[in-house]
Amino acid sequence: MLAMILKEFRQVGRDRRTLAMLIVMPIVLLLVFGYAASFDVEEIPTVVIGDRADAVAERLPEVFDVERIDPAGERAEAEEALITGEAHVAFLIDDGAGIALIDGSELFMARAAVQVVTAVENQIPGLSHEVLFNPDLDTSAVLVPGLAGLIIVFVGTLVTSMSVVREREAGTLEQLAVMPFRPSDVFIGKISPYFLIASFDILVVLVIGTLVFDVPFNGTLLPLVLGAVLFLFVALGAGVLISSVSENQAQAIQLAIMTALPQIMLSGIIFPLSSMAAGVRWIGYLLPLTYFNIVAKGTMLRGASFSDLLMPLGLLALLGAVIFGLAVVRFARQLRPVRREARV
Amino acid sequence: MSWGLSSVRVVFGDTVALDGVSLDVGPGETAVVVGGDGAGKTTLSRTLAGLEEVAEGNVRRPDRTGYQPESSGVWNDLTVMENLEFVAGAYQVEAARASGRIDQLLEVTDLGPASDRLGRHLSGGMRQKLGVAMALLSDPELLVLDEPSTGLDPLSRVELWSFIGLAAREGRAVVVTTAYVDEAARAEKVLVLDDGYVLASGSVDHVLSALPGVVYESDHPVGARSWRRGPTWRVWSPDASLPSGVTATVTDLADVVTVAALARETGG
Repeated sequence: MLAMILKEFRQVGRDRRTLAMLIVMPIVLLLVFGYAASFDVEEIPTVVIGDRADAVAERLPEVFDVERIDPAGERAEAEEALITGEAHVAFLIDDGAGIALIDGSELFMARAAVQVVTAVENQIPGLSHEVLFNPDLDTSAVLVPGLAGLIIVFVGTLVTSMSVVREREAGTLEQLAVMPFRPSDVFIGKISPYFLIASFDILVVLVIGTLVFDVPFNGTLLPLVLGAVLFLFVALGAGVLISSVSENQAQAIQLAIMTALPQIMLSGIIFPLSSMAAGVRWIGYLLPLTYFNIVAKGTMLRGASFSDLLMPLGLLALLGAVIFGLAVVRFARQLRPVRREARV
Repeated sequence: MSWGLSSVRVVFGDTVALDGVSLDVGPGETAVVVGGDGAGKTTLSRTLAGLEEVAEGNVRRPDRTGYQPESSGVWNDLTVMENLEFVAGAYQVEAARASGRIDQLLEVTDLGPASDRLGRHLSGGMRQKLGVAMALLSDPELLVLDEPSTGLDPLSRVELWSFIGLAAREGRAVVVTTAYVDEAARAEKVLVLDDGYVLASGSVDHVLSALPGVVYESDHPVGARSWRRGPTWRVWSPDASLPSGVTATVTDLADVVTVAALARETGG
């Protein structure tokens, strides 16, 4: 038995990458859960609009983080602030009466806002509230758009990385290298099926989400399709990048999980970004799923237009260009290692 | 026009994988590269196929080079026919010509009845024959096969070599690496590799005649220059001196390879 135990210790010790993951992962999980896993809402981005906006803003509880006061604005401005994501609560004050418009697409923030506003309604006569975009505060309505993003991460990153590594393990990648393909031909050919499968999966999730779970679709298709395509490029690029540093499929799976986990935890799909500690929140803003989630929820629930989502779409495009570009360069290097030989 | 390597040196970090290796193979010729594990056979194949960067020397290879990697290069989740069709498509072989060529290759490899079988369900010999057929599909001028016979049973090896011989008779330059010394006798040229260095090279006759000294048989080992061969021992005498009453043995390629390795090892 001692021989068996020694053998296992030796084998585990040799697999440095797995060992590192076994040791680092619990620490990462502890930090992520400790700092990010919070449903407590401590501040809610707020705008106050209407003729007595200044006075009302001063009397609001601290949880409402007033970003802007606009005494000249009307309901359209208030709703626009919620649609663009500038604020999650808009107080609209008009001639003695007031209404708090609450963004229902941010579930935990909306629930906290409803609770606080209901308490404030007793102190400010004539104040009422209205939850927009997701009036019943359905959990499924908020999770389905994010789920589409998780599918892209799974198919794009995990499955693609395994597929490329499998090709290398089987020795067929070098077959492709000697064939008269350009590296881009092989790259595009390799990711095309996963692009189509992921697109089909997203379509199925959104159709079932809309028809079966009554998830609203208040916007237009264009920003969502563009966001999904950009995010797919990021995920597929990440998959190919992972494959280029993995020796076998097991390593590719480990690395894919290590990149997927922070995205699931820190992208705002489960825990609100604003509830995370500042030290962890910035990681969320580096993750592409964060921006896809903003685009998906913005389009489906808030009815955000293309121009409302320019910022997250632009950041997705930037991340896509960097990650996809790196993947293409590394893949091409693997396929064309020869530079100095004389070829007749 | 002949193809091959001239004084090629390939280095991986601190390891010299090939050092000063030259090989020249013309149309219709077969060159066999013989060597043990780690001799540099796969590096030589990959270098000829354009997959390794050379630190020194140069590689002469045509645009149409057929290459079969050590793993056979067959896609496991494609059928025999799909593997061949994919390669034909990759080389943009015109449809009618590709169809005729595939039929011809299926016939000579006896893979016709298995054309719908997945790559993963083929026997070792069938996989290797399919690998060679795939490498031949583009009608290459140079065919490079990396250890195609490793792990095959004797009958499959004979069939495979018959197929390789056919490729050479069609006018192609063929380079085959192998760990089996007896396979070198099937080639016009032999290159014996050991630890990245050339131990011997040239035609089979030239390599046989270039053996320094003589070899004789003994019923017991005689120092560091003897090795077991069947029921008896072979002894290499570099200065051609023989014990009294003993005659020199007729040597074959296996003896030459062993002597070359001993000569390098002992500096003699």
